[in-house]
Amino acid sequence: MGKFIYLDNAATTKTAPEVVSAMLPYFTDNYGNPSSIYSIGGTAKGVVTKARERIAGTLGAKSNEIYFTAGGSESDNWALVATAEAYGAKGKHIITSKIEHHAVLHTCGYLEKRGYEVTYIDVDENGIIKLDELEKAIRKDTILISVMFANNEIGTIQPIKEIGAIAKKHGVLFHTDAVQAYGHVPINVDEMNIDMLSASGHKFHGPKGIGFLYIRTGVKIRSFIHGGQQERGRRAGTENVTGIVGMEKAVELAFAHMEENTKKQRELRDYLIRRIKEEVPYCRLNGDFERRLPNNVNYSFQFIEGESLLIMLDMKGICASSGSACTSGSLDPSHVLLSIGLPHEIAHGSLRLTVSEENTIEEMDTVVAAVKEIVDKLRNMSPLYEDFIKRQDK
Amino acid sequence: MYTEKVMDHFEHPRNVGEIENASGVGTVGNAKCGDIMRMYLDIDDNGIIRDCKFKTFGCGAAVATSSMATELVKGKSVQEALKVTNKAVMEALDGLPPVKVHCSLLAEEAIHAALWDYAQKNNIKIEGLVKPKSDIHEGEEAEEEEY
Repeated sequence: MGKFIYLDNAATTKTAPEVVSAMLPYFTDNYGNPSSIYSIGGTAKGVVTKARERIAGTLGAKSNEIYFTAGGSESDNWALVATAEAYGAKGKHIITSKIEHHAVLHTCGYLEKRGYEVTYIDVDENGIIKLDELEKAIRKDTILISVMFANNEIGTIQPIKEIGAIAKKHGVLFHTDAVQAYGHVPINVDEMNIDMLSASGHKFHGPKGIGFLYIRTGVKIRSFIHGGQQERGRRAGTENVTGIVGMEKAVELAFAHMEENTKKQRELRDYLIRRIKEEVPYCRLNGDFERRLPNNVNYSFQFIEGESLLIMLDMKGICASSGSACTSGSLDPSHVLLSIGLPHEIAHGSLRLTVSEENTIEEMDTVVAAVKEIVDKLRNMSPLYEDFIKRQDK
Repeated sequence: MYTEKVMDHFEHPRNVGEIENASGVGTVGNAKCGDIMRMYLDIDDNGIIRDCKFKTFGCGAAVATSSMATELVKGKSVQEALKVTNKAVMEALDGLPPVKVHCSLLAEEAIHAALWDYAQKNNIKIEGLVKPKSDIHEGEEAEEEEY
């Protein structure tokens, strides 16, 4: 593998070397099953307990409120399906937003086919949920509000505290998909009235295949995987000990360096945003400028299509992503970009660049130069641009 | 995901551009679905395609199929150009991923649309050519999702 510039940290992150080192002994030496009685089993059980305590501490939660899962999608599925089942007798109405991750939206679709009703709340042009609509949507039979902490495509951070307050006022449970936010921005489940929270290890330099679901004490929730007594019997299966150890190390690093990482990412992000805005005509920054994840840049470039842009960036060794249809395998561009009101052809021309603290300003310069050159090349090939220029000339 | 030939035609597309006072111009596809192709033909008095240029808004496969289609029709008679089907374009590119087959249909459609324009302008009838649909995605439905 040659040298490349990695700007897709919302998709996944590099596993930190410290994380890998922390995990290795649990493959080779302390590989015991935490449920076993002998000493290496006990060692494994001990580290799982320690990891649970550390994670709980970062959220202001108790350690018996943290349940390890295989990642964000599983946590989202569990939170929605199991709550729906446990509270189905009280009501069958769920409220969510139009810009959730598919792990939430498709689970809502699954529940709709099984007699539940779901209200999808609109967002404004920057992707912020409409709080008045949310409150108005609450009914007697509403059992759950699920709104993501921060959006994976456009980086918009939702008014989580306000949503939590509304949920509490009406006695409705509140779940948040914090996959993009946990480890990047401070979260306190009590201050924000969060009842359930999903997170994923590989979004903050941890390993893939491990995540957790926070479930507040007192929330009735059905078991998701039936079997042994792991995770208090709610999520059976031998613990992913290496994954848990790796995620714990990643949590330790993320929280110890959150302030400096955020500062570095913001500098890179704002530099990219400013230079692209100043140097590439006919573009639009998607998402809220202020309420934004420190690592997220999302631009739409008029008259061009995102997949072409991504392939050409890849040829130059730049890893990025897009909300174009061609990258999703369907004919429609990203539901998030359509929900913030972008016309289809503009949504097709989107580019997401998500930085990490390891990126450099020099890399950003390379990326800006590449984006300028490629956008220009694709526009010169585009019939939409040709028509636009001819209209301008008239 | 793409063959070497597709990548080659994407990276170095042949015949990009416009033809002034073209004999025929055809534009197909729509921005909603993310691909638009425009094909320009320069056809001489003997009905031979002297030159062909294109402009495309779309993914890598859309650019590559447009580029290959222009190569395949250049120097051909109008009748021969009609035989440049989406299959011919795909084969010339050593294949396309299944989700991108519609791009090759669009390329065929673009040739037909440009030929149709040529026929209209010259008041002639081209054997075997029917008026192309402007939007090839009409009637296509998203696959039903399974839960």
